[in-house]
Amino acid sequence: MFAIERYSQAQSVEDAVRLLAADPEAKLIAGGSDVLIRLHEGSKDFRSLVDINGLAALKEITEAADGTVRIGSLATFSEIMDSDVVNKRVPVIAEAAATVGGPQLRNMATMGGNICAGVPCADSAGALLVLEADLEIRGVDGEFVIPMVGFHLGPSRVALKQGDVLVVFRIRPENYKGFGAAYYKYSMRDAMDIATIGCTAAARLDGDKIAELRLAFSVAAPTPLRCETAEKAAAGKPLSEETLKTIKNAVEKDVKPRDSWRATKEFRLHVIRTLTQRVVRQAVERAGGKF
Amino acid sequence: MHKNITCTINGKQYLLVVDVGQSLLDTLRELGVTSAKLGCGVGECGTCTVLMDNIPVNSCITLAVWADGKTIRTVEGESRDGQLSKVQQAYVDAGAVQCGFCTPGLIMTSTAFVEKHKDRKVSRDEIRRGHAGNLCRCTGYETIIRAVEMCLEDSE
Repeated sequence: MFAIERYSQAQSVEDAVRLLAADPEAKLIAGGSDVLIRLHEGSKDFRSLVDINGLAALKEITEAADGTVRIGSLATFSEIMDSDVVNKRVPVIAEAAATVGGPQLRNMATMGGNICAGVPCADSAGALLVLEADLEIRGVDGEFVIPMVGFHLGPSRVALKQGDVLVVFRIRPENYKGFGAAYYKYSMRDAMDIATIGCTAAARLDGDKIAELRLAFSVAAPTPLRCETAEKAAAGKPLSEETLKTIKNAVEKDVKPRDSWRATKEFRLHVIRTLTQRVVRQAVERAGGKF
Repeated sequence: MHKNITCTINGKQYLLVVDVGQSLLDTLRELGVTSAKLGCGVGECGTCTVLMDNIPVNSCITLAVWADGKTIRTVEGESRDGQLSKVQQAYVDAGAVQCGFCTPGLIMTSTAFVEKHKDRKVSRDEIRRGHAGNLCRCTGYETIIRAVEMCLEDSE
């Protein structure tokens, strides 16, 4: 039995906002694959729950008339993997979704939960960072939008106040059109494992030069992060092995991996350097270029 | 704190009073539907796998209240008039059962997998990935994959 002391089922997003705001201890439960595990482990942080699992309106995945891709916060990873809109417009999100846990977990776990839990290993974080997603949020004072870049503030900390509910991820066409993107999850097992390092890259080309590189890592710092130094080092560079080396060397200034029982700091740095080259190469190839 | 839910379990309708802290697995086992088992309790081993509206879920980390209005399928409901389902029969024919603890969960994963992929060709790798959420500690994976292949070959 999960030690849930206070529980209410939200009938709408407004309802969820109201219920959260009314109880400072209340937390949202969506797919439950994080919250229920924490309760199972005896955590007291989730004894008051506002359940949004049944809000079907938050599951929709659509493309707006202007090309903006809208992914409801409660869309499960399986629904994202199977979505035509995602596979056509932002396939790197489907690629990342496919690496989460295993099939049963992906049938329940939501991308909203993956991001709002604030964990540094979130598989979907890198794709949303390089696509510069906008997070549409409903709060006590109405609706507002926060950029994905900067949403993670620290381990398990994101830019949400009590009463805020993430409604939808929006990806504008200028952030996916013309880009090739790729995700690689390095983990000890091919399934049912947490990333040792996750690397996402998106590249836009200008002839045989990199017009723009966007590079993101998970588990490489206390939060998922974009790699500004490496991105700057790549801008305007030709598609050459020399450029890949430059990017790989620059990335070390962006990341701050740590020692844990999963991997040492040194090993993580090695994986980061290796994946930087591999994933940037793949993103460039998907953008139609060749090193 | 309790809630009333209605759901269909293996074709039979139920009106249940469940504690909000209860997992779907607890509820099923209290009703005598004991094919779904508590293995790891954290959604890693898949031995509690049931189908909720035909989608495999780990019932150990599914709240019972989420089954409200849903259809639940477990191995108990898969045979008809003493006749095993196609997937069950394939497990028998392939010899895909060793100690049997993981079998009910795996059969439900395979059942959903076969239903989803019946109209197209799938590779062994896809079958493996589709079953990655179920652990068999006897490690009898080869025959399990073979059973799924037999079901898919059959429907071609």
